[in-house]
Amino acid sequence: MVPITDYPSQIRRDILRMVHKPQSGHPGGSMGCTEFFTALYFDVMRHNPAAFRMDGKGEDLFFLSNGHISPVFYSTLARSGYFPVAELSTFRLINSRLQGHPTTHDGLPGVRIASGSLGQGLSVAVGAAQAKKLHNDPHLVFTLHGDGELQEGQIWEAALYAGAKKVDNLIATVDANGQQIDGSTDEVLPMGDLGAKFSAFGWDVLHLEQGNDLHAVQAALRQAITRTGKGKPVALIMKTAMGHGVDFMAGTHKWHGIAPNDDELARALAQCPETLGDY
Amino acid sequence: MHPYINQGSQDTRSGFGAGLLELGRRNPKVVALCADLTGSLKMDAFAKEFPERFFQTGIAEAHMMSMAAGLTIGGWIPFTGTFANFSTGRVYDQIRQSIAYSDKNVKICASHAGLTLGEDGATHQILEDIGLMKMLPGMTVIVTADYNQTKAATIAIADHHGPVYLRFGRPKVANFTPADKPFVIGKADVLLEGSDVTIAATGHLVWEALEAANTLAAQGISAEVINFATIKPFDTEALLKSVHKTGRVVTAEEHQRHGGLGDLVAQTLGMHRPAPIEMVAVNDSFGESGTPAQLMDKYGLNAAAIVEATLRVRNR
Repeated sequence: MVPITDYPSQIRRDILRMVHKPQSGHPGGSMGCTEFFTALYFDVMRHNPAAFRMDGKGEDLFFLSNGHISPVFYSTLARSGYFPVAELSTFRLINSRLQGHPTTHDGLPGVRIASGSLGQGLSVAVGAAQAKKLHNDPHLVFTLHGDGELQEGQIWEAALYAGAKKVDNLIATVDANGQQIDGSTDEVLPMGDLGAKFSAFGWDVLHLEQGNDLHAVQAALRQAITRTGKGKPVALIMKTAMGHGVDFMAGTHKWHGIAPNDDELARALAQCPETLGDY
Repeated sequence: MHPYINQGSQDTRSGFGAGLLELGRRNPKVVALCADLTGSLKMDAFAKEFPERFFQTGIAEAHMMSMAAGLTIGGWIPFTGTFANFSTGRVYDQIRQSIAYSDKNVKICASHAGLTLGEDGATHQILEDIGLMKMLPGMTVIVTADYNQTKAATIAIADHHGPVYLRFGRPKVANFTPADKPFVIGKADVLLEGSDVTIAATGHLVWEALEAANTLAAQGISAEVINFATIKPFDTEALLKSVHKTGRVVTAEEHQRHGGLGDLVAQTLGMHRPAPIEMVAVNDSFGESGTPAQLMDKYGLNAAAIVEATLRVRNR
């Protein structure tokens, strides 16, 4: 049994190497959400990597709405056993199942919806959550969204629906890193009090200040699970630092969609010990 | 004279409503979503009989489309219902990413298509939806001609795995296809055999094509009328077989010339068997307010326009 604390450093190595090879991809948000993915896939979620089924009956489901952080998603799926870790080396290359943004189109186990065009994942998750209720399936539906993504109007259509229709088997996490492509979210389009907004839409809102502290994320997700089934969807506003884990990449939007060069990769990898073996 | 009898004019949307209700009783996997147009889409009977399988999303079409994609993940077969304009143009990216690219088994059912929506005017009269939907890889596109065919198509698409766009309309039009005729996706129907011209029609223009054939017969012109209810996958064989006989084609549809059935027929002929073609369609303009009959007359989408187009294509 691999200690859960071994995962984040290895996943960050995967992310860095995946985007370095094609010199393309989104490392910043991926590294900021590494603890979240680790906690979700290696602790709290009840899922079945060995026998992936698109219909997801009898297991918890996860939808990545901000599809551009595909590197952390792919690394986590591979390290969970959905597909061989060696396949991570094909990210963004021609004929790969690991497309720039996640897709079901090429049959990659673990992916249940295409995402990348922002704002659609919460609606998809609401549909899947309603599907579970129709099946009397007690399992949960998890999502992840960027904070910048919340500028998309469809998010609030879905939020209104989920609150009004009491979709209480749904936990939506917001990666509140305060960054988007053109700068900080406050510079681009300030969104005010996100927690108050979700509350006003009928959600039960939890806040996590330490989104890069693995044990804190585990505890927050466990707490979120205890809040399901009570008539409200659950929102977890999780503060993270974009690029967390590598000092020169952390806390800036500069690494949103830029790959490290050879020298930067070497310096970054030196800060992320190889805990589980590189692909 | 063509042998078809109007069994009593009905709206095609009511055919959808009747088909959906029957599906609800027949197939427990069928669920339905509607964005505040339950009455207009004739989905009330399904909603009343199967409240647990009906999802009222409010006026939130983008959300409805992505939510439908999510429902398929649980193995359900979602049918979405709203006007054609809100089923396509308004939600194109949701359909493209969450449904078509994700290969989700969603049935997008669209009423009030085209000019015959009438008095509401151009904001609601989408004439570009066939083109938008047929461009999406993997999307099946169906445009039905009357009540019976719409009901049959609604039932048929539940058994087809993959995304489908089903287009129908608001006004009462002739109901002339047999009530018990199963709908076969991808198969065009030769309604009337003829030797001088092929009239390839879809939707509300199919009955007009039959009426045009009567007028043409009186002038000694033998028209073959084909109902292309499935736009995609297109029945190339049916078209070519007919054109081998007639050598010329008139297309007829309640849609823009750009991107519609006419475009598709021209492309098919160009690739396989070049032949003169005339298109009865809206020519690069928006619609406007008016009664359906006034609009179809003003924009040249009726039997008289098909007759004129036939005479033009005969002289080429």
